[in-house]
Amino acid sequence: MTTAVIASPSELAIKTDGLTKRFGRQTVVDDLALSVPRGSVFGFLGPNGSGKTTTIRMLLGLAQASAGDISVLGERMPQRLGGVLPRVGALIEGPGFYPFLSGSANLHRLDSADGFAPRGTRSERVAHALDRVGLSHAADKKVRAYSLGMKQRLGIANALLAPRDLIVLDEPTNGLDPQGTREVRSLIRSLADEGTTVFVSSHLLAEIEQMCTHAAVMRAGRLVAQGTLDELRSAGATRVSITTPDVEAATRVLLALGLDPGLPDATGPVAASVAGAASAGQPGTILSAALPEAVAPEDIVAKLVADGVRVRGFSVDHASLEDLFVALTGEGFDVVQ
Amino acid sequence: MSSSDSGATPVRSGLTERRNRRSVGLGFFASELAVLFRRRRTWAMLLALAAVPILIAVAVRISSSGSSGRGPAFIDSITQNGLFVGVAGLTIAIPLFLPLTVGVVSGDSIAGEANTATLRYLLVSPVGRIRLLVVKYLAAAVFCLAATLTLSIAGILIGIALFPVGPVTLLSGDTVSIGDSLVRSLLIALYATVSLLGLSAIGLFISTLTDAPVGAMAATVVLSIVAQVLDSLSQTEWLHPWLFSHYWLNFADLLRQPIEWSSFGQNALLQLGYVFVFGALAYGRFSSKDILS
Repeated sequence: MTTAVIASPSELAIKTDGLTKRFGRQTVVDDLALSVPRGSVFGFLGPNGSGKTTTIRMLLGLAQASAGDISVLGERMPQRLGGVLPRVGALIEGPGFYPFLSGSANLHRLDSADGFAPRGTRSERVAHALDRVGLSHAADKKVRAYSLGMKQRLGIANALLAPRDLIVLDEPTNGLDPQGTREVRSLIRSLADEGTTVFVSSHLLAEIEQMCTHAAVMRAGRLVAQGTLDELRSAGATRVSITTPDVEAATRVLLALGLDPGLPDATGPVAASVAGAASAGQPGTILSAALPEAVAPEDIVAKLVADGVRVRGFSVDHASLEDLFVALTGEGFDVVQ
Repeated sequence: MSSSDSGATPVRSGLTERRNRRSVGLGFFASELAVLFRRRRTWAMLLALAAVPILIAVAVRISSSGSSGRGPAFIDSITQNGLFVGVAGLTIAIPLFLPLTVGVVSGDSIAGEANTATLRYLLVSPVGRIRLLVVKYLAAAVFCLAATLTLSIAGILIGIALFPVGPVTLLSGDTVSIGDSLVRSLLIALYATVSLLGLSAIGLFISTLTDAPVGAMAATVVLSIVAQVLDSLSQTEWLHPWLFSHYWLNFADLLRQPIEWSSFGQNALLQLGYVFVFGALAYGRFSSKDILS
């Protein structure tokens, strides 16, 4: 498979066109064009209130779109809901269970709601799903006595009750301890290995960066970026930094190579590391420049050395997903609602 | 991947096999009943209903000093024949206790699922919105039957225990055997069940309007009281035959020989009308509702 995101409709697990949701005068989701390739682990990112959950609710036919088209697993939604949803497992905005029933009774109940699920294998499938999320020991305990993390696992078990072509997980690691988070990550990976498309919404970037092949970023109801993780990372510019006492000579070399060097922001973390380097007896200034694709980093070093520039440090830094996320969605709590 | 991949089915083990055709939904109905009758609340309500005839019987037994001249006519007759206790219990429970429990069950039907967040998981299972409404309504109807039968049976049992039992003298003056009178008790319980079907449909509709189950329960119970108040005002006489509570206490016709079926029929027809109207309203509301709970 190529890295192209725009694939033919049959290769997309989820595709939306102009998807819009309005509540009164407020537009919560605005002209959304999602393309989730089959077999991908797709990270759906965005700050709280950016419209992620509303989008998921529309994808699953819980809420009606104000405008736009949705297709899930190649079928129109919500028109073909009855045929599509049995092939989709979902955890939507936290788990929901009957507190007075045991974990296993809850799964039996939800499985019986799916008219396509064979009754004969129900007990077996429930036990298998509980086992996969590590809840076998608590299967007969009332959900009332479950911890938040256990409820979250039970919610994931519900998504795994039947063989699925697509699994939608909204904030799957909410309330989980670090071990639980790791288990969910490996679970998602094993699902992906089986060929299931996994659509994960989260605001935890490190999580997405560790397990996703693709991602999309929402901001205030709009899609601001979408693609493979590599594509997204390369959208944020790669930069080279050179630590050298010969600032003028180095600048000349970089300009000759077509780079645009400058001193990094004096208040940034880089400046602090300069101060650290200087105190360690290695005086030098850091020059930083965006790296154009045409220039190979090793050529820069070779040219610098050839021109007699004393290079004390050289690094190529890819923008992290977090830099990109903050650049796209704004900083701090004061994000656009 | 070909364009027809939506129908592709990779080789799967027996464990992961899916049925090609949807089941009728009996499994889900059974599951709904199991959830309803596994709740302590349901049993508490049934026990409370069973306590109504028991309290009446015990109170009458303790203070059986002849007719007090007050209270429903049936109360006096239970000292002569214990088989009347069930009917007396129903008569007392129909105006308030039964609507109260039916309001709890039907008002909770959709709103309760929304409140525990299970509604969205049922819908993406997918249960189908119409199927969910139908199953919820049928479960409420089963509860109505369970409630009236509980009352009747508890009444008959305590009656047998505390009072003499013998052939029953009917309102028409005829006397029927014990067996026949038990059948008639069953018919009266059925009559009361049918009487509550309209209220159940109203509760189901109100339940689709809100995510707060207590609100839906309260609204349903309040409506049942409003209907009975309107039914007792002469100023609203034109409205009386249309009120769902109008025939609630007319089961006396079942205690005649031969049985006078007309009030049973009228009642059933009226309740059926309510079921259709409020069922349609519930469908109209629920089929297009955004589930945001």
